[in-house]
Amino acid sequence: MSPIPAVFAAALIFAFAGSASAAGLADAPPGATSCSGCHPSGRVDTSVPRLIGRNPADITAAMQAFKSGQTASTVMGKIAKGFSDSEIKAIAEWYGAQKD
Amino acid sequence: MMTKAHPTRRDFLKVAAAGASASLLPLPAIAQGAGGSVVVVGGGFAGTTCARFLKRIDPRINVTLVEVTRTFIACPFSNGVIAGLRELTAQEFGYGKVAGDQITLAFASASGVDAGSRAVTLNDGTRLPYDRLVVAPGIDLRWDALPGYNEAAAQRMPHAWKAGEQTLLLRRQLESMADGGTVVISAPANPFRCPPGPYERASLIAYYLKTKKPRSKLIILDAKDAFSKQRLFQNAWKELYPNLEWVSLSMGGKVTSVDVGTMTLVTDFGRHKADVANVIPPQKAGQIAEAAGVADRTGWCPIDPVTFESKLAPNIHVLGDATIAGGMPKSAFTANAQAKVCAAALAKLLAGSKPDEPMLINTCYSLVAPDYGIHVAGVYKPADGQLKDVEGAGGVSQLDAPSSTRALEANFAEGWFKTITAEVFG
Repeated sequence: MSPIPAVFAAALIFAFAGSASAAGLADAPPGATSCSGCHPSGRVDTSVPRLIGRNPADITAAMQAFKSGQTASTVMGKIAKGFSDSEIKAIAEWYGAQKD
Repeated sequence: MMTKAHPTRRDFLKVAAAGASASLLPLPAIAQGAGGSVVVVGGGFAGTTCARFLKRIDPRINVTLVEVTRTFIACPFSNGVIAGLRELTAQEFGYGKVAGDQITLAFASASGVDAGSRAVTLNDGTRLPYDRLVVAPGIDLRWDALPGYNEAAAQRMPHAWKAGEQTLLLRRQLESMADGGTVVISAPANPFRCPPGPYERASLIAYYLKTKKPRSKLIILDAKDAFSKQRLFQNAWKELYPNLEWVSLSMGGKVTSVDVGTMTLVTDFGRHKADVANVIPPQKAGQIAEAAGVADRTGWCPIDPVTFESKLAPNIHVLGDATIAGGMPKSAFTANAQAKVCAAALAKLLAGSKPDEPMLINTCYSLVAPDYGIHVAGVYKPADGQLKDVEGAGGVSQLDAPSSTRALEANFAEGWFKTITAEVFG
């Protein structure tokens, strides 16, 4: 089973239990919770984009482009280089499954 | 499995109710944990984050946050207050939203920890039993480390290394100084809170002097030969602040004593008379770390890199500036990132399962001028019992970046402050 349906299945169960965000936090893959130091979880006036609910493929593509240097960046290239392809994918899928 | 230290009847009913509802739904194992009690000492970036995330992960865990003050005053960006670029009120945050998360707030000072029977004692006599204790006390200034510098001396030569009255005192001194005066900053040896902080402060004070009192000068007396983001700072100083002088350890920069009566900072190589003196003294983990038996002879706290459990005392976890965290610097970002990892680990430990191997990020911005930001970033994971830098990742701002990039980073810095304080206190 691929990890995507697993994440959604967990989210679904917790939606019934009334604590979708709790399920998300407990299952956050390595590194994922650090991102919200800069990428806001709620509505904040910042030019740094939110990650919650974004298409995982878009997050993965952006991270890979930062990692390779294809997209110029200030900090993101240095951070992306710390994560393997599978670690990036796991973080992207987790953020994609998060809801407000 | 965990065992409760002192279960009360109410706790028992809560756990029983949780167990009953859990049996009706096909919840994963983590959600079937038996709750438990966690006391968090310290309501800063680390402690507050940990308390809130723990409660979000498993609402059945009883979480108590112990904090002395009802208003938290954030250190990041407080150098801007000193330089008159923002007001202290922009640094202030309350605990209203934290209380709304069903976290018990105890506005008191933690005076003792009984690691054997697992209880924290507060200065009002209250005894708080815990299954797991989180110690996140930040730093204490070492009043015994620099001859002539004590709490009374700090009224003449402010440290301003804990934001609040000290921040305003240093600002007022700069405002009353005549044009042509000398400002001296004494920077400590490693480790200390916010490694680039003294240099950001020097930069912003130099900015204030350049714009308001251009005949004045600023000297940094340093107990080190190298510091965070050094080349970036030094390049910027050369370009922006010709009246800023950095004296390294090997050039005689280490301050060995101070005399507040004559406003003199003494080094092995000479005496520096100051009109305004900012002494950033050596530091150690906040006092409760010592009382809890989690600080070692260095004054800081060794921790397990997966759970942040103390290497010196079981069931006590340490976060933030108080820790010896390998490659991770003592920053608000680090404190917040560690706290989220620790909260997840605590939930698993209380539920009797094994915490995952984490990865953590740090990003620290410094302002050299209001529109000139620089950063250091790193990625960390456990290795050899420490949190080590992931090789190939991390680094500092590009040395030859255009001013548009510096302005962009100043904008990111501002955004970071809003985002992290919203996550912690909003």
